[in-house]
Order: sequence, then C-alpha cells, then structure tokens
Amino acid sequence: MKKNLCLIPLYVWSAVFIVFPLLIVLYYAFTRDASSGMSLSFESFSRLADPMYLGVILRSFKIAVIATLVCILCGYPAAYILARSNSRSKFIIVILMLLPMWMNFLLRTYSWLTLLEKSGLINSFLSLFGVDPIIFLGTEGAVVLGTVYNYLPFMIMPIYITLLKLDQSHLDAAADLGANPFQVFMKVTLPFSVPGVLSGVSMVFVPSVTTFVISQIMGSGNVTLIGDIIEKQYRVVNDWHFGSALSVVIMIIVLAFMYFINRGDVEANNGNGGRLLR
Amino acid sequence: MKKLSKCYIGLVLAFLYLPIAVLMVYSFNASKSRGVWKGFTFDWYRQLLENESIMSSLYTTLICGFLAALVATVIGSMAAYGIAKAKSKSSFILSVAYVPMLNAEIVTGVSLMLLFTLFGLELGFFTMLLSHITFCIPYVILAVLPKARQLDWSLYDAAQDLGCTPMRSFWKIMFPELLPGILTGFLLSLTMSIDDFIISFFTTGNGVNNLSIEIYTMAKRGIKPEINALSTIMFAVILAILIIANVGAAKKDNNKKRSVRI
Amino acid sequence: MKKLIALILCAAMLLSLAACGDDRETIKVYNWGDYIAPGVIDKFEEETGIRVIYEMFETNEDMYTKIKNSNNAYDVLIPSDYMIERMIAENLLAEIDMANITNYDKIDAEYKNLSFDPENKYSVPYTWGTVGILYNKTMVNEAPTSWGALWDGQYKDNIIMMNSQRDAIGITLKYLGYSLNTLEAAELNAAKEKLIEQEPLVLAWVVDEVKDKMIGGEAALALVYAGDAVYCKGENPDLEYVIPSEGSNIFFDSMCIPANCENKAGAEKFIDFMCRPDIAAENAGYIGYSSPSKAARELMGEAGEDPTAYPDITKYDLEIFSSLGDKTKIYDELWTEIITVRGM
Repeated sequence: MKKNLCLIPLYVWSAVFIVFPLLIVLYYAFTRDASSGMSLSFESFSRLADPMYLGVILRSFKIAVIATLVCILCGYPAAYILARSNSRSKFIIVILMLLPMWMNFLLRTYSWLTLLEKSGLINSFLSLFGVDPIIFLGTEGAVVLGTVYNYLPFMIMPIYITLLKLDQSHLDAAADLGANPFQVFMKVTLPFSVPGVLSGVSMVFVPSVTTFVISQIMGSGNVTLIGDIIEKQYRVVNDWHFGSALSVVIMIIVLAFMYFINRGDVEANNGNGGRLLR
Repeated sequence: MKKLSKCYIGLVLAFLYLPIAVLMVYSFNASKSRGVWKGFTFDWYRQLLENESIMSSLYTTLICGFLAALVATVIGSMAAYGIAKAKSKSSFILSVAYVPMLNAEIVTGVSLMLLFTLFGLELGFFTMLLSHITFCIPYVILAVLPKARQLDWSLYDAAQDLGCTPMRSFWKIMFPELLPGILTGFLLSLTMSIDDFIISFFTTGNGVNNLSIEIYTMAKRGIKPEINALSTIMFAVILAILIIANVGAAKKDNNKKRSVRI
Repeated sequence: MKKLIALILCAAMLLSLAACGDDRETIKVYNWGDYIAPGVIDKFEEETGIRVIYEMFETNEDMYTKIKNSNNAYDVLIPSDYMIERMIAENLLAEIDMANITNYDKIDAEYKNLSFDPENKYSVPYTWGTVGILYNKTMVNEAPTSWGALWDGQYKDNIIMMNSQRDAIGITLKYLGYSLNTLEAAELNAAKEKLIEQEPLVLAWVVDEVKDKMIGGEAALALVYAGDAVYCKGENPDLEYVIPSEGSNIFFDSMCIPANCENKAGAEKFIDFMCRPDIAAENAGYIGYSSPSKAARELMGEAGEDPTAYPDITKYDLEIFSSLGDKTKIYDELWTEIITVRGM
C-alpha cells in the first residue's frame, strides 16, 4: 500500500508531462505533411536507412561509450577516496566537484577553446619550448574530452553516495579471511558499488548520446553526432517528422541498453551486494 | 597512499577547474573578446551591476532552479523509495521517467511547448518551471535509487515491532539513510536547471528570460565579459558560504566533543 | 531548511505579483539576443508611457516555431528577409499602417520594396548587412578578392567556414557563378563537390565562435557577416573585410507585426520610434550592423561611413535569400552528406 502511495506523484507527473508529450513525438514520427493535413507514413523511418545516418548514429554511440568508460575510470577512484576519507572537508570537496557545472555551459566550453586553440594557452605554453602549434580541436578526442568534462561529476556523485555506506568491518573481515587488497576490492567493494556505477552510467551515457553543442564547439564542426542532426530538423529544416523519427529510434536503442542496466542492477542487488548486507 | 589519494583528488579538481580559472581570469580582461588579452580591468563588474536584464534573468534562474529542484527532489525521492520498497524491477515506470533524459533536449522542449499550447496555457515562468521539474526528476531518482536499494528493511520492520508508526519508523530509520542521495539529487537537479537553454527557450514567454537564454542568444554577437564577471561572483559567493558552513560545523563539532568530555 | 523554502516561496510570489501589478499599456517585443542598444527601450517607455516586455531568440526558426505553435502573442518581431517572406505566405504577419510610421521616409529608397516584401506592406528595415571574407593582413600573402581564397591550398588549416547550411552552400554557389537561391540539382551537386573538395583545408566550421577565433589570430581567413567584421576589426586592427567579386548575400532584419498581435497601435509607435534618426543612429552604433537610414548614418560620424558596414552595394552582385519552404530539405540532405564526410 505504502509503495503505491510513494509512486503516485511520479505516475501522475509522468502521465501528464512525459507520456503525453511522448505521444506527440510519436504522432509526428509516424506522419508526414500532406495536402490535407497529416497522413500516416513511415517515410521518415525509411529515410533513416541511408548509410549516411547510420554512420552518424554509430559514431554517436561510440563517443558516448568511450566518454562513459573514461568517466568510470577517472571518477571511480575519486568517489572511492572521498567516501573512504574521514576528512571533515570531504562534503566541501563533493560540492566543489559540482560547482563548475553552475557556471554557464557555453562559457565553460568556450574556456576550453581558449586553452586548446592553435593560438590558445596550451600551445602558447608549448611554443616556449619550441613546439609547433598542435591542432587539438576538431577531433573525436576533443569531443570525448568535452563530454567527460561535462559529465564526470554525474559519475562521481552516485558512486560516492553508495560507497559511503560501505562498512569497514566487511573489508576487514575479507582481509582477515586472506583476501589481498585487490581481491577485497573486486569481491567486496566493487559489487557493493554496482548500483551507484549503474546510476552514473545512466546519467552520463544517456545524455551524451544526444548532445550537440559539445560536438559542435569542441569538434570544430568536424564531428557530427546524431544530436546535431535531430536538432537541425527542428531548428533549421523544420521537418519535425524526421526529427521525431530519429529521436524515437535513438530512444529505443538507448532503452534497450537501459533494460540491460536494470537487469544488471537487480542481479547485483540479489547477488553479492545484497548478500553482503544480510 | 594517503598522499597519493590527495594528489588524485587534486588532479580531478584541477581538471574541473582549469577552464573555470581561465573564465575568471578573462573576467578582468580589458578586451571584449577572449581572443586577446588587453590588460586588467574591473569595468565588466561595474557594467554587470548596471545591467538590469542580466540581473533579472539571474533572479529568474535561481528561483526556477530552487523550486524545480525542490519539487523534483520530493517526487523523485518518493518514487525511488517506492521502487526499492516494491523490490520489483519496476523497470516500466523507470523507463518512462527516463524519457526526458533520453530525448534530445529540443524534442523535449518542443513537445512540452505543444502540450502547454494544447492545455491553453500561456508560456511563462510557470510553464518553464513545470518543464524543469520534468527533466530534473530522473536525476533525482538515479541519485536516490542506489541508496534506497541499500536500505535494510529488517530495521524498518523492527522499529514497527517496537511500536513505531510506519511514518515514524520511516523518518527515524530510513530517511537518514536516504539523505545523502536526496541531497545529491537536489544538487544535480539544481545544476541541470541552471544550465538549461533549449527546453527553457521553448517553454518560457511573457518576458521571462533565464540566464542561459540571455547567454545563448547573445552568443551570436559575442558573449559579454559581464557574464564571466557574474560567474566569478557566483563562484566566490558559493565558496564563501561553503567555508562559513564548514567552519560553523567544525565549531559545533568541537562543542559536542567538549560536552561529551564533561 | 524550512526557512529557506519559505523564503523561496515568498520570492516566487513576489515575482509573479511584480509581473501582474503593472497595468500600464504594454507591447511585447521579440528580437535577436543583444540586438538593441541599452537604454533605447527606457527612452521609449519614458516618452510614450508604454511598457516594453522584451524577449530574445537565437535563430529565425526558433522564433517562427514559437510564434506558430504557442498561445503567446507578440507585438513586434524582428526576423530576417527569407523568414519574413515565409511568414507573409503563411499569413502570420499583419499589414503595417505606414501612415503611422511618420519616420518611414527616413529609410532610404534602396532598402524598400525588396524581394521578400515587394510592396513593403509588412516590414520596416531595422538593419542590413553583407556576407564576405574577414582576413588577417599579417597572415595572407595578398588581399583576397575572390571566394577562391577559401579554396586556396596555401591556407590549409587557416580557413574558418560558417557551420550554417544556407550560408556555406550559398557562397559556394556564388563562387561557381550560380544564384544562391538555386534549386537546380546539377548546380547544387557542383556546390556539394566543391565543399567536399574544400574539406581538408578548413580548420573549423563554426557559428558564433568565429569572432573570438579571428580576433585571437587563430586563422587567416573566415566567412563572416559584415556586422561581425565591424566588431572584430575594432578588437584587432590586423583584420580586414572584403566582399568577393563574384558577389554575395545581402540580408535584412526588419521589424514586423504578427497577425495575432494585441496592441497594434503600440507596436507601430515602437517601430516609428526605432526609425527616428537619433534612435536609429544610437542603435546601429551599438549593434554594429548597418542602418538603412541615411539620416541616422549622418549622425553616426565615422562609423556611418565605414566601408565594411556601408559598401557601395551597387558595385556587387548581391542577392537576398528567398524562402525555400519545403525545399529546405534538399539543402539539408546535401549538407548532411557534406558534414558526414568530415572527420570520418
């Protein structure tokens, strides 16, 4: 009974502000402009078969996956150190990690340009040692960097809060039973933090698939992602039908990915992480 | 090991603050462009305070951010708790709640605008707030859910066995456990709300502009250094609050320790 | 925490009260971001007692989407040429009663009755400008005179293009000697080939970042709007602007009144006010884009004679973009093909 009560606000909110607009998107995806209003059509989806769009979709997923992995690799140790630290200032450090995100997105990204441009600060510094200017921008690497920069805190936060609960006694017990630090980490710490990592993956991977400003600015317009193309359908071409269809396809692919995440989440919950608690 | 850990955290912070430092330094640049350095000036700070349009959009941004984060945190935390309590996968409602995150922002923005139009609402502060709550909810759920899944339900049952009402056992036992997640969810929501341009643009009207709209629309003619100045001030203020809060907490801590000793 | 919440709620209520508490006559103006001199609106409010509710957009299409699909009514819009043509065709604009625009005669004849509004019933020019090449005198061997400079191999990684399909394809068509409004498949295909050929030479395709990049000496050549060139030259004197000999695009941003406006009389007063030479001069001086009023230019001193902003437009083959309607898709697919080639 309590469970239902807790979920009611979300159900109501979702029905009005998520499902309803979603139906509007689906409506546009499956119709096209005809002389007499709109008519049912799969035209937008058949356009997607063009290898040109498939290439862009693949590339978007590739960059999102790489960025997510980099976020895990860099963010996990940071979250772990903070969660295990006894320092009173750790809460401040956690907030300090989010604070850069309160500076406007465009300004932050422009600052990266100031750093990385051919005539930028890093190249000026390198030129003191006689290094020729390096073109950092306009590559997939630059887009990954921009994505990691913007989403890293979203990976650190959830991992950090799950690890807060990790009991030192469990770690000691494992060590007493003969596990080396690496084994302790793999068998106890890591499984325990899986729900946090999965939350982080959702918060990093999902939005980075459809990002477009990062790719435009850091990629110097060289690296086109699916977000650029969707955005253009709405804001330049005014072809909402095609834009909606693209969006629906991306949504389905990412949802399939999320399904696996959820399964992993429940498994982790019923597996090591859950057992440990009992 | 301790030192290594500190170094690593320092490194992560350095990465996050490198561009912010550049941004702050350029708020004192006499040139309007970040392309050249023309010397030191305080002019942009003076002009910022005279710029009514920027100040009023800052006000809108903060109010909208706090309210959106607040409502989203309540709805999202309740939902995460409910999902964890049901112990089911609940993947359907979760997938639905994720939709605003899955969709390209422009799709969310335009579809919400169409929704409000359909309802006959005039776009303005209220519609923008509703939209912000909508895209903040999934972040709260994602922040609280891992914590909710870690909850030990036997404690909750035990409390009730000992005569606590379900409400009381929730507030006494479960809520403190969830608190870090809830706070994180609130902060993430605030962050998302402050930074949003596209969805805000399509769902606002009636002269209500937030800071992002101000900045993105001025980008065409060059972002004014006043905005860098504003960011620098915002950062300084938040940092000051943090330090004061931390010092205050430290004093409290000491007092506690002393009273324990007595 | 509770106190904080109460405080926020109070503030929110004050905000909504402040919005309702004023029962002065109002007009709602929808303009590009940072596209009006500060203080001009205050002057208008003082002189007429009409309160201005001001909103900004980033692109013509964003503005169009909101006008067409929301319940919000505006009184004055400032779209560009091709968008005005489209909005007239879709009956989204109201005819302006030019008798109420007493300063209409201050607008020069060559900026009236243009292709997008042939009888000049719906729009009053606000600013105009050209598209050309901004180059850094210290980084080029000779001053460019042709679009060909953007295809010159010696400037590899020193060229910045506009990441905007209509502009980039448009100037390529001009370079090839075609109209920038063409829908001929062969001509468009030739432009596509030309842009793909240019790809290895280009350092970046950007929109708004071009100004900072050129001021900082990031590249030798860039495709820009004249208004941006005026700004860049002010910050870096090494920069110079040229309209290539093959001809280019000329654009207009004009004031219009939407069909569903709620205060047409107020809107006309605002448009009239913006045409008054002293106000137009102040405004153009701030924006840097060209004013269509000779009377205003005379008040602007040197800035009113700057050849970057005020070239002799009779010397060049300058075309206005026309609305492509559904055909925008043709340009889009072409452009998508070009951009997917990049960096792959």
